[in-house]
Amino acid sequence: MLQLSKSARVVLMSIVAFVLLVIYVPLLLVVVNSFNVASLASWPIKGLTTHWWVVAWESPFIREALLNSVIVALGATIIAGILGTMAAFALQRYRFFGSQSINLLIVLPIALPGVVTGVAFSNTYNSVLPVIGINIGYFGMIVAHATFCIVMVFNNVGARLRRMNPGLAEASMDLGANLWQTFRLVTFPQFRPAFVAGAILAFALSFDEVIVTIFTAPPGVETLPLWILKEMARPSQASVVNVVATLVIVFSLIPVYVSLRMSRSDEDA
Amino acid sequence: MTSVLQVPEPPTQAKAQVVAARTPRQNRRGLLWLLTPPAAWLLVLYIGSLFFLLITAFWFINPFTSKVVPGFTLENFVSILTVPAYLTTAIRSLLIALAVTFIAIVLAVPLAIYMAKIASPPMRAFLALSITLPLWAGYLVKLIAMRVVFTENGFLNWLLAPFGISGPGFNTSTVIITLTYLWFPFMALPVYTAVRQIPNNYFDASADLGANSWRTIRTVVLPLIKPAIIAGSVFTFSLSLGDYLVARFVGGSTQMIGSIIASNINLNPPVAAAFSFVPIAFVLVYLWVVRKMGALERL
Repeated sequence: MLQLSKSARVVLMSIVAFVLLVIYVPLLLVVVNSFNVASLASWPIKGLTTHWWVVAWESPFIREALLNSVIVALGATIIAGILGTMAAFALQRYRFFGSQSINLLIVLPIALPGVVTGVAFSNTYNSVLPVIGINIGYFGMIVAHATFCIVMVFNNVGARLRRMNPGLAEASMDLGANLWQTFRLVTFPQFRPAFVAGAILAFALSFDEVIVTIFTAPPGVETLPLWILKEMARPSQASVVNVVATLVIVFSLIPVYVSLRMSRSDEDA
Repeated sequence: MTSVLQVPEPPTQAKAQVVAARTPRQNRRGLLWLLTPPAAWLLVLYIGSLFFLLITAFWFINPFTSKVVPGFTLENFVSILTVPAYLTTAIRSLLIALAVTFIAIVLAVPLAIYMAKIASPPMRAFLALSITLPLWAGYLVKLIAMRVVFTENGFLNWLLAPFGISGPGFNTSTVIITLTYLWFPFMALPVYTAVRQIPNNYFDASADLGANSWRTIRTVVLPLIKPAIIAGSVFTFSLSLGDYLVARFVGGSTQMIGSIIASNINLNPPVAAAFSFVPIAFVLVYLWVVRKMGALERL
């Protein structure tokens, strides 16, 4: 173990405590402010009310935005799940020239700033596709989201594949199972936890994405982040935003919890 | 531990060779089946879009009709260097991204050392969870949270009022703090994973050879976690560089590269397109510098 002097230990512990406070206090402020009587977020709060929760619950716009977010995230996750798994198999099971470039290509959409990805897709949707008679509309958001979600599935499935024994699949084939049966009954169950964890992270990433969505959403369509953004620019109703933000914080615990459970059972396997 | 930045392990070559021993032709066909859909998606849709963006950057706006005219002009790229507001914004964004990366490293390394090597196992599990949980709390949620902290009637001014001072309000330093708040987990998680992987007897060996704890951290720990720091820094740097909503909501009058892109995307798409290549250029230069330093293998 690393032996530290008492003073060094105290300094380290203070840094850890500082980081934890800085992470959690602001989030707590948002939660408390969702019950603030005042319509503008402030501290200390003026008084407690559930008024904004009722307003949020009754808002048809929030429901529609939520539905759009779920549709886009589901679509993006399905596409990313299939493409990410295929890429993970290609890179883990084969050695070929250019595999490093493919790896970079998969990471690139998330390594480059979102504004670049957004502007690039927006330019293609608005200037290039109409020329060949395609109006991509709603599907454009899903395409853009799927592109930067591939890396999530790819990373998780790839990490699992590295530790899987390819001999099992070969044994299955030798025993007469065809490719599809082998995949469904032997290979997939082995990497299912990693696949689910990757898919959940992809869903969460898409659900949270703002900047790419700003540039790729068709006119009049709002996802939940776009709705929040619009309300943030209109400060009179700021406390409703705090309600939605609180809900996002609560629901964001689900993917983290599930993916932790999944990766734990993955380690046990 | 599943994270955004699963620090890749070195590939085990033995398994790949087992596969390679099978009939090569069947193998190639399998590879082609697996690789074509994802590669085609990324090359056609993503790289294709970036390529069209590059072409658009050479087009121009007809000053009378305000319509985009295909052609070839370097004017848009030249304007980045000659329009003073554009140039200072680009440099400001670069400095902000570097500052965010620096602060994230300075906080992540002690945190990781404490978590991985000093905390008791239950404490370590608790801390690891505490760092991971807010990762998905939502970009806009965190932005709203920072507004509550820094706004005039906000938390920080309330906290500082008894001392007779006030917080920075909404300005460039608030942008740096908020960006660090947003992207810190991208640095903390890989650095933590890297520190955990250092065998404990390295510390014993270092101590036996007479190094004090500070020297051990500097000469043993830091070189071993450098690849993780660099992997994290690519994300903190790139994500900060391209952001503009933080500048819009907590930056006061601070503008970043993204602000210029966003405000030109409808008015003057070629200028927006040209400006999109500024962050790309910065990120590529950053990756190149990192590579020169010899630590890109683990990205």
